[in-house]
Amino acid sequence: MSIYHLEEVTKIYGTRRALDGISLEVRPGEILGIVGPSGSGKSTLLRLLNFLEPPTAGRIRFRDAEFSATRAPSLAVSRRVTTVAQRPILLDRTVEANVRYPLALRRRRDSAGACAAALAQVGLSGLAKQPARTLSGGEAQRVALARAMVIQPDVLLLDEPTANLDPYNVGVIEETVRSLNRIGGATVVLVTHNVFQAKRLADRVALMLDGKIVEVAAVKTFFESPLDPRTNAFVRGEMVY
Amino acid sequence: MILSGDQALLEIVLLSLRVSGVALAMSILIGIPVGAALGLSRFVGRRLVVTLLYTGMGFPPVVVGLFVYILLSHSGPLGHLNWPIIPSLFTPGAMIVAQIIIAFPLVAGFTMASVLGVDPQLRQQVRSLGATSWQTTVAVLTEARVGVVAAVIAGFGGIISEVGAVMLVGGNIEGRTRVLTTAIVLNTRQGEFALAIALGFVLLGITFVINAAMLRLQGRMLER
Repeated sequence: MSIYHLEEVTKIYGTRRALDGISLEVRPGEILGIVGPSGSGKSTLLRLLNFLEPPTAGRIRFRDAEFSATRAPSLAVSRRVTTVAQRPILLDRTVEANVRYPLALRRRRDSAGACAAALAQVGLSGLAKQPARTLSGGEAQRVALARAMVIQPDVLLLDEPTANLDPYNVGVIEETVRSLNRIGGATVVLVTHNVFQAKRLADRVALMLDGKIVEVAAVKTFFESPLDPRTNAFVRGEMVY
Repeated sequence: MILSGDQALLEIVLLSLRVSGVALAMSILIGIPVGAALGLSRFVGRRLVVTLLYTGMGFPPVVVGLFVYILLSHSGPLGHLNWPIIPSLFTPGAMIVAQIIIAFPLVAGFTMASVLGVDPQLRQQVRSLGATSWQTTVAVLTEARVGVVAAVIAGFGGIISEVGAVMLVGGNIEGRTRVLTTAIVLNTRQGEFALAIALGFVLLGITFVINAAMLRLQGRMLER
């Protein structure tokens, strides 16, 4: 059984069709990589998967519940999913307060020391008391990841989480995502421009073009023997966009 | 007079603080939610509302006083209703109404500007962390807190020092509606310059202390 089942999902902004009849399954416990050029609808898809926006048409099934243009998810359901964006916006508080924030939203106490554990996992325990505004881009992104981890989400959506970061921060973030997936059991949907990152992290990879899914396949098949010539062109770096 | 703790002076100071304090509190209660709503939402006619708000921010107090005078006078649209909730002219209540009309656009306008200054991505990221609409609004206002305190400071500054509106609707009646600014005008007209200057210093002192307290609050918020 899939954790997400998308049926003919379309999202239209004004006259622009950002998503065009997408049908997709996300399997529980997998890391699904989504690659594609800018403007292909990847981030829009993540917003819909996070229930931040309703689809214009089509249906999204999350576990047993179904959502559409007229049917929004309950707060309890939407709180099982969270996103780490390309540009993390941290609250103007300490690092620790930022990581604790999602628990505060749920009126939950950090009795198990989840914040400290999350900060330790991203290697930022020493900066817990520091104001978040003093962090570097890489540190801020790691705090954003710790902030997402603290609620132990069923699904973690990552929108270009390592764009413009140095190799060290990329390594920490990838390792954390891997551990969250393998040990924490979270399903991960990773949007990335970086095909090498998709290759390193994903179990399956999907290519998006012009709001449509071109191909979804296991990582090995996707990179070594794709069915669609456009996927072939994309992974070989021959696609001009 | 100041050093001996004159009773009349004390009454004037207390009335000034009461009128401006209540007016500011009401302006905060109305102005912050309105400013936040204008900063966070898009609706048909929003541009007109914002234009009206900006116009209100530059409203001459004496014109506000004139409108309130007409509204509350016995033959005015509100005065003739004789409802207990509507204050009569030449009472502290009428002065409070006038000062609310002066301070509200300042508080709402500056709140709106500070909310608009918060990164629009913040709302989406906070929602993705599980915030309800209300929690999202609180998060944005908390991020805009330094600007919101500046909005309150602007509102306070706009009313504690104004004289035109309170003079018109309060009438500067000794022991009833005389506040620091109207007392300064009266004493200057009567040639009591020393007393007028002394009252001016009291007004400046009050303004300084209250602004210093608000700046301290703003600084603490920045340190959080």
